[in-house]
Amino acid sequence: MHFTPHTDEERRQMLDAIGIESLEELFRDLPGKGSFPQLDLPPALSEMEVASELGQLAARNATTENASSFLGAGCYRHFIPATVDYVLQRGEFYTSYTPYQPELSQGMLQAMFEYQSMICRLTDMEVSNASHYDGSTSLAEAALLAFGGAKEGRSHIIVSPSVHPHYREVLATYLRGADAELIIPDDPSIAATDLLRLIDSETAALVVQSPNFFGRFEELEGVAEATHSGGALLIVVTDPISLGLFKPPGAYGADVVVADGQPLGLQPAFGGPSLGVFATRREHIRHLVGRLVGQTTDLEGQRGFVLTLATREQHIRRAKATSNICTNSALGALAAATYLATLGKHGLRRIAELCFQKSHYAATKIGEIPGFEVNPDAPSIPFFKEFVVSLPCPAAHANDILREKHGIIGGYDLGQSYPGQDERMLLAVTEMNTREEIDCLAAALRSLAL
Amino acid sequence: MDEPTVYEMSVQGRHADLLPDCDVDEAQFPENLVRADNGLPELSEQQVVRHFMRLSQRNFGVDSGFYPLGSCTMKYNPKISEQLARLPGFTAIHPLQHKSMVQGALALMHELQEQLKEIGGFASVSLQPTAGAQGELTALMMMRAYQAAQGEPGRNEVLIPDSAHGTNPASATMAGCIAVEIPSNDRGGVDLKALRAACSDRLVGIMLTNPNTLGLFEERISELVELIHGSGGLVYGDGANMNALTGIAKPGHLGIDLMHYNLHKTFATPHGGGGPGSGPLGASAALAPFLPSPIVERSSDCETGGMSYELSSPSHSIGRMCTFHGNFAVFVRAYAYLRGLGAEGLRNNALHAVLNANYLRVRLGDEYPVPFDRICMHEFVCRGQPGGSKVHAIDISKRLMDHGFHPPTNYFPLTVPDALMIEPTETENKETLDAFVDAMLQIAEEARENPEILRAAPHTAPVRRLDEVKAARDLTVCETVEF
Repeated sequence: MHFTPHTDEERRQMLDAIGIESLEELFRDLPGKGSFPQLDLPPALSEMEVASELGQLAARNATTENASSFLGAGCYRHFIPATVDYVLQRGEFYTSYTPYQPELSQGMLQAMFEYQSMICRLTDMEVSNASHYDGSTSLAEAALLAFGGAKEGRSHIIVSPSVHPHYREVLATYLRGADAELIIPDDPSIAATDLLRLIDSETAALVVQSPNFFGRFEELEGVAEATHSGGALLIVVTDPISLGLFKPPGAYGADVVVADGQPLGLQPAFGGPSLGVFATRREHIRHLVGRLVGQTTDLEGQRGFVLTLATREQHIRRAKATSNICTNSALGALAAATYLATLGKHGLRRIAELCFQKSHYAATKIGEIPGFEVNPDAPSIPFFKEFVVSLPCPAAHANDILREKHGIIGGYDLGQSYPGQDERMLLAVTEMNTREEIDCLAAALRSLAL
Repeated sequence: MDEPTVYEMSVQGRHADLLPDCDVDEAQFPENLVRADNGLPELSEQQVVRHFMRLSQRNFGVDSGFYPLGSCTMKYNPKISEQLARLPGFTAIHPLQHKSMVQGALALMHELQEQLKEIGGFASVSLQPTAGAQGELTALMMMRAYQAAQGEPGRNEVLIPDSAHGTNPASATMAGCIAVEIPSNDRGGVDLKALRAACSDRLVGIMLTNPNTLGLFEERISELVELIHGSGGLVYGDGANMNALTGIAKPGHLGIDLMHYNLHKTFATPHGGGGPGSGPLGASAALAPFLPSPIVERSSDCETGGMSYELSSPSHSIGRMCTFHGNFAVFVRAYAYLRGLGAEGLRNNALHAVLNANYLRVRLGDEYPVPFDRICMHEFVCRGQPGGSKVHAIDISKRLMDHGFHPPTNYFPLTVPDALMIEPTETENKETLDAFVDAMLQIAEEARENPEILRAAPHTAPVRRLDEVKAARDLTVCETVEF
């Protein structure tokens, strides 16, 4: 394959215009006039051969389409309406870049504006950026917003241990450069309300997740007020699908709401690219990270959209910018905008209802199996689409049996993130799992109990 | 004509019916947690499709026409890569699936790591960074972790040439460093005298874009590297402009310790209207143990004798930079491209990207002066103010839209007044370049004869020139209509 269109004659004309003899002469400024290394790469393939080779690699993966899957833990199999990929395949969108030239980018800008509007409504917040990389990096930037702008000078943030473990890892990496500390209690079942007593005059923010990593809703009533009275910000990580049916963090007074937007019409794709949702209050707009689209008018008074408040951003503020972010997840935000517009008010509510119903059905079935327990630490706390099961054997072993004997992709082995929880797994049930699949899972788990 | 928003088109009670009935016994919702209204619009599927179709028609991509946006490498995005990235074997896999179920995905990532190592001349590559700027931040954190491990945790100054992308100083700040700006010399390169003066035992290192944002190769790179290394610093290469060097020179062999690659520039993955990108990071042997986690390792399977792949964490890893393994679907596209091009194809890209840029440079140079007028690499910067006129770069840019071209990058680098930064890429043919030159020359004429036509441009775009000041003043950043 190659994509250079030059003919020999054109190349000659162009070299003549430049006044040189050969293409190699273009590199005469390089040390040793360019070393022209012989790259040791596999031989080039034709388009047919490329398709065949990648097809073979794809075939070596066991997909969630060919197995029933109950694996979630931050990346989910949800229904994606056909409209989404139809829109994503429009070359005018996916082959464009950041809309620095708004007159030629009205389509993307308006779609981003609509994405921002829908995210604000869904989270009950006032300002949404036009996307971040993923949920974990959105959280890291929310923490930097707290340290850098809103609560400058404070030394730590308190993070619930029921925030996704990978999010906490990314947060720790991002804070390497900040003079800041993460306080994360050990007890994974500690409730948001019990974290409030840790807040002191050095706390910049409290971070909780609801539904949390274990799928359970946190009691958020009064948490924002108590956090604010300690002078800190409340940052809430959420699942955007849950917001179709359940009260959003904004309704509880959160200052920043972040989420991974993958469930909103993006394929799991081995974990990326995803979409980082980031929404906040109007008062923090000047500390917001990432692109922001605003409405304006043109010379003739016609409505149009532009990137705005660029004075926060790296290409203007350089070392004083609110973040280094440049390329983000615009196409993911376009997918989410198409997804949310297609499903609409009724459809997203329906999906959230189905996730709730099916996960509760699964929890009931599995809870009936002798030796199995559902949400052992918190049996009475409401959950959304994920729940914890304690097993009579290591989760890794159970998953091996499910995979090898039953063709089922089991849950997340909690021992990988929480010491001593090797016999627990986190199961995710979405609208994609049929009753039959759930019954098969319960039957397969029952065979483990024997 | 104005396109209404999804909320303006919304009609109460309208909806698509795409979902199955509930096939299980229904549980009771926790009523105190249920919301009355989730605030989303109500549309039919056809309305949604027409809406986004019309929006797409109000957008310009590489598939629409010439897009010489400097520093962004807006080359053709092969359609085969799009098709392959949509194979269910790549889209319908979960990042936490057991390794035995995802050997194809891990093999692809490993091969991509290996090929990037070879292209850049590095000992190891992590695919984790999700964009170029995140690659920069990752590199700086690694440099600090490396120096801390060497017993020098106090180093915190990062030298950044004044022509650098804004992401460089912003990344330095995020990494807890102080960005120290180094001026350019009269040939557009780094001023070595100023560089020498800025080197001290506080030095973390330098962030070097090479070729730089003027499109010029850093002529004295060997001396520069020696100076930085001599002060105990490290050299970070911003690989944004790697399209000029594939198969021409290996940055790792020029003394660069760390460099990110932009898969969405050099390796032809689409820019997506502003992402997703991917910014894999290459590291020298000394820095490799600090790469972010995970990377993919290959080993020989004792049972079958075949190769097996797994995720692993480098010994002194700085940690995780994103939730899972990086932007996998972007890796698939880049890998397809690399397999199609091979070593010769990559070199061919660099040769023709540089040919195209120099061709435009010499053809435009009379009207649009190039401040450092020597052989450029994949791009060049000229002054967007033709002789005898008083128009600005922005007027030239907006007028180009009327000719069906996307404008170049404006007002960057900051070191050139009224900068127009032009990067044609290797995939453009001579007719397109000639048509662009004709348009630019005609605009130069207009700039002298009838500057008002430029200042009022664009005339044929979906909207006329937009008021950015008003947007920043009003800050209408989400819809306020009642529904």
